[in-house]
Amino acid sequence: MSSDIQPAPGSPADEITVEANGDNLHAVIDFIDAHLEASGCPPKTRMHMDLAAEEIFVNIANYAYAPDKGNATVRAEVSGDPVTVTITFIDSGVPFDPLKKADPDTTLSADERAIGGLGVFLTKKLMDDVSYEYRDGQNILSIKKAFEVESR
Amino acid sequence: MLTINKTIENGKAVVNPQGRLDTTTAPELESALKEIIPGTSELVLDLEGLEYISSAGLRVLLSAQKAMNKQGSMKLCHVNDTITEIFDVTGFSDILTIE
Repeated sequence: MSSDIQPAPGSPADEITVEANGDNLHAVIDFIDAHLEASGCPPKTRMHMDLAAEEIFVNIANYAYAPDKGNATVRAEVSGDPVTVTITFIDSGVPFDPLKKADPDTTLSADERAIGGLGVFLTKKLMDDVSYEYRDGQNILSIKKAFEVESR
Repeated sequence: MLTINKTIENGKAVVNPQGRLDTTTAPELESALKEIIPGTSELVLDLEGLEYISSAGLRVLLSAQKAMNKQGSMKLCHVNDTITEIFDVTGFSDILTIE
């Protein structure tokens, strides 16, 4: 790895693979948080990453393999200048590009607004970059955000 | 983890969800509100101590707002900066009453 920022000694591995189900959401978030904390990521950026990660993982858990079961791999990397965190989600479920979904109209009144459809929208808004590709039978979705390292 | 405190008096309910309102915990707030809303004309959601909200939590707030629009009022108080930003990005700042 050629990054400037190396995870602190004893920080978690760069990748975890879990069964894609809602019960594993917290394992995924804990993995990401531990990685970000070790990298000096400020709490606000961490919350935004958690939020985007939750939306993506829950989507995979609900739709990628239904009604069967399957795994999701989550990869975390912090590198570069400016320091940027990249979280990549990989599953072998049905091809699905969540970024194709139309954005909700955020100017409607409460009564006019549909319940739901905000997860992907929030992810796009809060991240610097979101990309999707389908390669070798896998959905690969990456979210990226730069941050200023907090002094400790 | 989400803890929900509530006080109900003369048709006014104050609900204080503390912790993380995410996909796992949003159903807890949803069922608490479903129980409370039928007899309530004034609903206050005190978000002091709410650290995190995802789209699952936003869904619950929007459903509550829709229900309260038919029978009374709903407002939110003690909303921290991080959560305010999520409300701003999603347009919820315009459809919720935030004190």
